[in-house]
Amino acid sequence: MSTNRQAESSNPWRAPILFAILAILFILEGSWRSAMFSGSWNTSLAILNMGLISAITALGVNMQWGYAGLFNVGVVGFLALGGLAPVLVSLPPVDGGWSSGGLRVLTALVVGLGTLGLAVTLWQRLRRGWVRGLAVTGALIAGFVLYRNIFDPAVIAIEANQSAQYGNLGGLGWPVLISWPVGGLFAAAAAWGVGKVALGLRSDYLAIATLGIGEIIVAVLKNEEWLARGVKNITSIPRPVPYEIALQQNPEFQTAAANWGFPLAEASGIWVKLCYMSLFLVVLLSIILLAELALKSPWGRMMRAIRDNETAAEAMGKDVTGRHLQVFVIGSAVIGIAGAMMITLDGLMAPTGYNPLRYTFLIWVMVIVGGSGNNWGAVLGAILIWFLWIKVEVWGPSLIGVLVTPLPEGGLKEHLLDSAAHMRFIAMGLVLLLVLRFSPRGLVPER
Amino acid sequence: MDILNALVAFLNFVFIPAATYGAQLALGALGVTLIYGILRFSNFAHGDTMAFGTAITIIVTWGLQSLGISLGPLPTALLALPVGIAGTAAVVLLTDRTVYRFYRAQRAAPIILVMASVGVMFLMNGFTRLLIGVDEQRFADGARFVINVRDFREWSGLTEGLALKTTQALTLVVVVVVVWALFWFLNRTKSGKAMRAYSDNEDLALLSGVDPERVVRLTWIIAAALMTIAGVLYGLDKSFKAFNYFQILLPIFAAAIVGGLGNPLGAIAGGFVVAFSEVAITYPWLKIAGYLFPDWQPDGLLQLLSTEYKFAVSFVILIIVLLFKPTGLFSGKSV
Repeated sequence: MSTNRQAESSNPWRAPILFAILAILFILEGSWRSAMFSGSWNTSLAILNMGLISAITALGVNMQWGYAGLFNVGVVGFLALGGLAPVLVSLPPVDGGWSSGGLRVLTALVVGLGTLGLAVTLWQRLRRGWVRGLAVTGALIAGFVLYRNIFDPAVIAIEANQSAQYGNLGGLGWPVLISWPVGGLFAAAAAWGVGKVALGLRSDYLAIATLGIGEIIVAVLKNEEWLARGVKNITSIPRPVPYEIALQQNPEFQTAAANWGFPLAEASGIWVKLCYMSLFLVVLLSIILLAELALKSPWGRMMRAIRDNETAAEAMGKDVTGRHLQVFVIGSAVIGIAGAMMITLDGLMAPTGYNPLRYTFLIWVMVIVGGSGNNWGAVLGAILIWFLWIKVEVWGPSLIGVLVTPLPEGGLKEHLLDSAAHMRFIAMGLVLLLVLRFSPRGLVPER
Repeated sequence: MDILNALVAFLNFVFIPAATYGAQLALGALGVTLIYGILRFSNFAHGDTMAFGTAITIIVTWGLQSLGISLGPLPTALLALPVGIAGTAAVVLLTDRTVYRFYRAQRAAPIILVMASVGVMFLMNGFTRLLIGVDEQRFADGARFVINVRDFREWSGLTEGLALKTTQALTLVVVVVVVWALFWFLNRTKSGKAMRAYSDNEDLALLSGVDPERVVRLTWIIAAALMTIAGVLYGLDKSFKAFNYFQILLPIFAAAIVGGLGNPLGAIAGGFVVAFSEVAITYPWLKIAGYLFPDWQPDGLLQLLSTEYKFAVSFVILIIVLLFKPTGLFSGKSV
């Protein structure tokens, strides 16, 4: 794909028509109760909201892959890091959390980073030979022992503090909306570190390196209880929008709901989801606006030149590795923002939920199906694939139900019906393979 | 006596588990490396294909067990293994026909093949779930131990016991046989030499009359055999769960890359390097230290990292090796 991206004449109506079809799907889902659709606006909006977050994630991946040809398979890690932000920014501080060991943990982290820095400096300053190997190894071992000696007792102290309910440091108690850009910063910082180490590698090597990074970040979130309670999960993350219960008790809202003709409970659910939707749309549209402006600037032309022919770009004096690092950091920041938004929407931080099939590879399906290199394509692909991902779970079993009607009652039929829920992976694989084969540049190709 | 106890504990908790795991990783990495060498892409579907092959084998095993057929002390799965290999080979040949051949003919960029393999990964994952579900399956039967702890204690008079599970012994034996057969095939037969020639220099091999499609087919069949054997051994040793096979992708890739992609010898070395470091870094050394230095009373368990970080270990090794030797320890390929 990277060698064959010359724009060909494409139908300017293609994207609007596809978006219109997508809109019709959501309207059907909201209004038509049938075997295929739920007929509930709450469901329809819930799918849309998650679809919008997926769209932002897909935009981040599209910046890395579509603009720069970087194959990042660690999306889940950056999403998870972004998800850490609402926990650390907007939860109220835990009583006694910081005093029991917060500073010591920070000191330990500084010691750890300092050790790495020292090892790198020693490696660069000393001359080749056994002295260098010995000095670097010695520094690493001494640093590690020192780090663990500060870190371990601090962690034990923090986790012992009100361990049933908290056992972590808690947050700053700031509004949750601030945590969205902070999530972006977390992911960007990690991406800078990863990029410094791994961006020199070839595409396949980079892919596997990022795959590992993603696993490590999720492993850290699962295990470091002092940070975000690990697998004990964090619930009740503050919301940027009203609570349904509050709405239902509000007399103004009660009359408004009566005017709409919706039952109160349903109306409050829809209202909350519409609030989320508007917030997500603001973020999504601003990111698209910035991305489009960047792409049409000299910077964007340079990025595409680098992507299409690295050697030529390098010969023109462009700093290929530097630009790659830049776009890798920006793309990861966008993924981190999406991660923070996702945790805000869920109101729950559950590290065990970060499954790479769902949060890395499905995002890739979205980008490829939508059209890599095209922001609107990525958005279309994300919302469409997310809609399918949810609906296939309903459609798959009914399809299998129809297919197995001729079979006699018995073990095989039951087994097939039971496992129909797994149809979604097969459906996603098929969609990806078919698009790669017949429309390798996606539904809305790059212009 | 204490040194002997320490040695036994080391064998029991570090050496044998790591050697077994390393052997399983080595088989997986050999498959990745062969596909990379001949077809020139990293196959993301590897883990899920392993799961698929294992699932077929398990189902055949259940069939054999219900017929009352068994192998005595050995697991019945060994009898089912050839069927599993044949089924997996048929499926990977089918995916090659329907998916990969098109891109090969187009001479598409390797990354497109990687992407296609992600699609195949989804399909394989779904089919495995359809076939056998998501639950954990245990299918090891036969004798459980070659050496068990109590017998060993009585025989040796040591306080520390040694256990060698049948599955562990079996893994080591099977892997030695398979690796020997693979190297014999690659170095001594005409087809194997054709594969190596094709891997080293495609154009030159084509000039000398090597049939590329035949080489590709052979590669897939061998890879399918390696995947199924590795998957079945891993499943016998631990237990079968489809999702675990997806997760094992990372250490397998790490092993293949640490050794040098495209280099079979490197894949084996990489498998053991990754496995031994994983086990050594996540094992609590307190017990062994207690035998060696009875007077020393450390605070912790002397565990460098908690067990959940074992995937992180393989990745860190990968990065360290790549920083110093960008194409792996045994100087693999870089396309």
